[in-house]
Amino acid sequence: MASSKSLMNLLTFTFGSAIGFFICYLLFSIILEEQVKIQPHVLHNDPHGQHSADIDNNQLQGQMNFNADAGQHKDEDKNIAEGLYQKVKILCWVMTGPQNLEKKAKHVKATWAQRCNKVLFMSSEENKDFPTVGLETKEGRDQLYWKTIKAFQYVYDHYFDDADWFMKADDDTYVILDNLRWLLSKYSPEQPIYFGRRFKPYVKQGYMSGGAGYVLSKEALKRFVAAFKTNKCSHSSSIEDLALGKCMEIINVEAGDSRDTSGRETFHPFVPEHHLIRGYLPKTFWYWNYNYYPAVEGPGCCSDLAVSFHYVDSMTMYHLEYLIYHLRPYGYLYRYNPDLSKNPEEQSKNEVLEDNQKLKQKISER
Amino acid sequence: MISESSSFVKGMVLGGAFCMLVTLLGHIKVGHGTKARDHEHHHIQAPDKEDVLNLSEGERMELSKSIRVYCIILVKPKDLGHWAAAKETWSKHCDKAEFYSSENVKVFDSVALNTKDMWVMMRKAYKITYERYKDEFSWFFLAYPTTFAIVENLKYFLLRKDPSQPFYIGHAVKSGDLEYVDGEGGIVLSIESLRRLSSVLEDPNKCPEQGGMIWKLAEDKQLAICLKYTGVFAENAEDSEGKDVFNTKSVGALIKEAMATHPQQVVDGCCSDMAITFSGLSPNHMHVMMYGVYRLRPYGHTYSDALAFLPPEGSDND
Repeated sequence: MASSKSLMNLLTFTFGSAIGFFICYLLFSIILEEQVKIQPHVLHNDPHGQHSADIDNNQLQGQMNFNADAGQHKDEDKNIAEGLYQKVKILCWVMTGPQNLEKKAKHVKATWAQRCNKVLFMSSEENKDFPTVGLETKEGRDQLYWKTIKAFQYVYDHYFDDADWFMKADDDTYVILDNLRWLLSKYSPEQPIYFGRRFKPYVKQGYMSGGAGYVLSKEALKRFVAAFKTNKCSHSSSIEDLALGKCMEIINVEAGDSRDTSGRETFHPFVPEHHLIRGYLPKTFWYWNYNYYPAVEGPGCCSDLAVSFHYVDSMTMYHLEYLIYHLRPYGYLYRYNPDLSKNPEEQSKNEVLEDNQKLKQKISER
Repeated sequence: MISESSSFVKGMVLGGAFCMLVTLLGHIKVGHGTKARDHEHHHIQAPDKEDVLNLSEGERMELSKSIRVYCIILVKPKDLGHWAAAKETWSKHCDKAEFYSSENVKVFDSVALNTKDMWVMMRKAYKITYERYKDEFSWFFLAYPTTFAIVENLKYFLLRKDPSQPFYIGHAVKSGDLEYVDGEGGIVLSIESLRRLSSVLEDPNKCPEQGGMIWKLAEDKQLAICLKYTGVFAENAEDSEGKDVFNTKSVGALIKEAMATHPQQVVDGCCSDMAITFSGLSPNHMHVMMYGVYRLRPYGHTYSDALAFLPPEGSDND
């Protein structure tokens, strides 16, 4: 009798402790939930604060939408750029391959390629999803010239009437189309001329660096394609840019001067860092002997209105896109203003400049 | 019966006590969790274009020249590379920039603080700055050696803000109960905040040189504590879209993060168009930023900005 009683006691004790634990747990969980629900503190009387709306991460939807950031660009006036887009039609073709679509070409497509009037991705094989044009060649450095010839042939056959200028770039080249249009707007597509980063060896008039990209006028493309039909230019070479340059000279297509109105280079065979930092490229590097015009390192290396950079990896594609098309110094009056003496709109900028000079003088006189 | 009920009651009490103990222990963990998710810090935004356009041409010009920013860059001899880069790049755009060094260096001019402790350096730098420049500048920007700042965007951000109000702005972070501006992103103080700071620095009870009881607190947290005593609170600076304008990482690092988290909208989701600072830059990166920010641009895109800032004199990289 006694043992069963103590057993009963034990059981009730255990049962009681379970109930006690459970009730207490319920209470606490209610209390803690209340705490979590407290809303962010909006300061209504704060003279200098306004609570911004929560950042909604609703932008993960699909393809890159260039109008998505319209909010940050509502001050932007793109009329001149849009006018040039209509006036100077550029077809871009990007040299790539099946193994580089995801690694490289994808990022070209997500950034600068959209600004071409027409863009084609050239590969040894066709890919309907990307999409890429299949040139029916093999891959490899020794195939580059053959791929180039076939690519230009394809463009000539299918898109000759759709553009005035035909730009070739690699899948690690970043091209600033707005600046390319500005450069080309001073020339006619009927001129037999092509532009790029001019190198001097081997070809009398020089030839254009392949990696920095080069752009052919309509007339130049016509002559180039014809040159292979008539065997004026040879088909086999392992050095794409040199071979093309030799061909251009044969068919009397002029190697143009792509430097800006201050004499600064616009097409660049490397990323900005390699050109801007003095001493980055050692003096023994081939580059210093190749450049047609005196090569400059430091800030004078590169035009404000640069057209291309090369050896641009995927991260740097977006980095450049951000620096060029997004980040800007508010109200800053750029030093280099190629249109300054011409444009009537620039007149008021001059006035502002003068005003600011006077103000600065006043401040320094205080 | 009675003994049973009493054992039941005893059981309940014990169960309840045990549960309370467990919950309290857990609550300390849970407490940290909720605090980290807490969204209490103040947000402060750049002016709206309408705010600025409502001003007359004359008023805008006045504002343009009246916002004067003094830049303090805290350096040590080991930072010589970054020091040189900051000197040759962004600091030229401050109305006045001075380098406050732990010790004198032959190569460059600096204000020697004669201490290696970051908090003591910061205290001294602010004290000296207030004494010398309290009548000349309305805004004071403090940076670390790897920070790159776009002063024009800072000025635009501060455009309609009254410096006689206590502002303490930057990349705001919450640590437990303390809200502070992360020094890596740069610290902006209005003249009023600097005035209050300089007086509380004299109070060793509120704002001692040897802060923190057991271990040392970082100098940016110490600053926040001292300022808090004077009624100055940290505010996180954002653009009109809610994006941070003071960044504690470099553009490259932020791009890499964006590529991982939202690969379809990398640039859009990354950073503000009106960003003021980036940090963790190498000296070479600072030179690239000068080109990328102040020079490289697409032809044919113009802006009708309400203010105008001239390029600094005697400079060739901007």
